[in-house]
Amino acid sequence: MKMNQNWWKILTVLLLLYTCIAGFLFTTPRLPILNESIRNLYFHVPMWFGMILILTASVVYSVLYLRNQKPIEDIRASQAAQVGVFWGILGLLTGMIWAHYTWGKAWSNDVKQTSSAIALLIYLAYFILRDTIKDEQKKAGISAVYNIYAYAAMIPLLFILPRLTDSLHPGNGGNPGFNAYDLDSNMRLVFYPAILAWTLLGWWIFTIKVRYIKVKNYLISKN
Amino acid sequence: MFYKRIITFCFVFFLSYWAKAEEKVPMADALRAEGKIYVVVAVIVTMVLGIVGYLVFLDRKINRIENEINNSK
Repeated sequence: MKMNQNWWKILTVLLLLYTCIAGFLFTTPRLPILNESIRNLYFHVPMWFGMILILTASVVYSVLYLRNQKPIEDIRASQAAQVGVFWGILGLLTGMIWAHYTWGKAWSNDVKQTSSAIALLIYLAYFILRDTIKDEQKKAGISAVYNIYAYAAMIPLLFILPRLTDSLHPGNGGNPGFNAYDLDSNMRLVFYPAILAWTLLGWWIFTIKVRYIKVKNYLISKN
Repeated sequence: MFYKRIITFCFVFFLSYWAKAEEKVPMADALRAEGKIYVVVAVIVTMVLGIVGYLVFLDRKINRIENEINNSK
């Protein structure tokens, strides 16, 4: 590995280690119901941040594809969408575990739970759409347009709808800010690096997937 | 008489406030006191290192294939 272009991978490892060590050892507020499970903030929430950031990259690649019609942009868009949705599924599962012990039920039809599940289903349809179109150029074009639609649908589902009604999630149900009331400065010290760590880990997986497909496509074209 | 009442009120108020702060929310204090939390951290750090090591392995593997293709071009 060349150091000059792989420095961010080292940063990823250091941030991940910091998250896992500081995440368990640093002090947190003593809150009822949450108790020690408050530390899930360093693991469950960054999954969603990572998902949103990686899906943002995916939609950028889709726009680039529509502008310049280069197949590589389509590969990048689809692979980023895969990693993003994978992070989202992990976010949903970890959220259900956490909800089971704090809200009493794994699935309580909380508005944010439901809307994030809908957002993930919209993205799953993106993969099904890709599989149904045989012609490569058509597949790339149509799925790029659909990806932009999916992203545009995800934003209100995750950020607007949960604020319009009551939600068990903090920072929703009319609250303007995100966790403005219960995220203390000690937790920020771990929370923000944790977001960066998990997002970069997803990005690393994304780059490997793209490189793999590039090699595969080259070998297929050669034979 | 009035001041006395205010002082009493303040005293009771702060006493109850102080007592509330002392009333502890249950946390994994014993786990931390015994030092067993380090066992948890060690397990998770091992897993993260293992997964990251696997990712580095895949990264280098694909790097080798890319180099082979570039050299053969």
